[in-house]
Amino acid sequence: MDTAVPEPEGDFGPRDWAQHPPYLSPLYKSTVLRSPRKPLIPMKQGLSVRTGPVFGHDSVDALDGDLTKNGRVNGEPIGERIIVTGRVLDESGRPVPHTLLEIWQANACGRYVHRWDQHDAPLDPNFFGAGRCITDAEGRYRFTTIKPGAYPWGNHHNAWRPAHIHFSLFGPSFLTRLVTQMYFPGDPLLPLDPIYNGVPEGARELLISRFSIDVTEPVWALGYEFDIVLRGRQATPMEG
Amino acid sequence: MSQTLKQTPSQTVGPYFAYAWTPELYGRRPLATNRLASRDTPGEHIRIEGVVYDGEGAPIRDCVVEIWQAGADGRHAPGAAGFGRCGTNDAGYYFFDTVKPGACDPGHAPHIAVTVFARGMLSHAFTRLHFSDEAAANEADPVLASVPADRRDTLIAQRAEVPGGVVYRFDIHVQGEAETVFFDC
Repeated sequence: MDTAVPEPEGDFGPRDWAQHPPYLSPLYKSTVLRSPRKPLIPMKQGLSVRTGPVFGHDSVDALDGDLTKNGRVNGEPIGERIIVTGRVLDESGRPVPHTLLEIWQANACGRYVHRWDQHDAPLDPNFFGAGRCITDAEGRYRFTTIKPGAYPWGNHHNAWRPAHIHFSLFGPSFLTRLVTQMYFPGDPLLPLDPIYNGVPEGARELLISRFSIDVTEPVWALGYEFDIVLRGRQATPMEG
Repeated sequence: MSQTLKQTPSQTVGPYFAYAWTPELYGRRPLATNRLASRDTPGEHIRIEGVVYDGEGAPIRDCVVEIWQAGADGRHAPGAAGFGRCGTNDAGYYFFDTVKPGACDPGHAPHIAVTVFARGMLSHAFTRLHFSDEAAANEADPVLASVPADRRDTLIAQRAEVPGGVVYRFDIHVQGEAETVFFDC
């Protein structure tokens, strides 16, 4: 990790709570005891939060962005090969270049490598399910992976998570940090999922990727596009 | 420039992040760990440790704490301490081996920025850690001053000198009577 942090140019705009899920979202039962209940205290942005870690290209290997290759032991992973690509932008539409993305997901059968996952579905010896990449100068990223399966969870009777990929992003400061999940268009489980529906209506749709025939590679893999918008710097009045 | 795009909504990390975020448990190379300082990092070497609790006082074992801090000289510079990430264990316990930061913002006490992620947290929570042996600086700190007096203690890591070195205790209560102060910033 490189911690060479340029002097920040100004404050970041606020977290837009019309876009983000509230801490307490009772249909997602784990929030009941894990949601802060006291009001958040407003804090002026100092250097300690306007700066943030910078992960360079040397933190990522060539295979880190290809989940169909980075877990291989003795063959190809099973499942539908897909490409997931998009741009990381700020709220003004400016690209966020050279920023780290980390993803993790279940395999095609809906099973995670994680040692706690006891879902009765097979592990794939050739699929690990985690990847990383760094955006280019235009804020673009690209992963090749396997389409994850839905899986059951204990939230309520017959609860199933829609297929999703977890995304983690840093952006230019500690304040721009974002962890989210990307979903797939037309998934019938979306209207039933308390995690997806914890996000306000009108905002949650931004978590659904778009199928793209242009990203799709002939005789190889379907393509999905997913753009991500991080907090941007506040507009500063022109001087002079 | 006017704002035209909406922020992508946050979602929980869920329970199964460890093989991506702390993959050394799975035989893979981590990007960030809970050991920020090497032997020759300048400054006072310290351990920060604590337990993350839920609203009933039960430890949260699927939580990740991330920290971002200045080096001992107060600068966020190459080779200084920087960024750390630690998943809690089955007892909800986390720790960081680092150096005590210097003050980085004029008028502010030395502190560390902290982010908390967990299953059951749809959005992450920001807080900051102050040091119990910086009483005078804490007294003058504008962020601590903005916090109700009866909740300030939730932001102060308690120093102890033990045979292994200096340890600061910083428990995090995401909810409840002793709820840690979280910030909107």
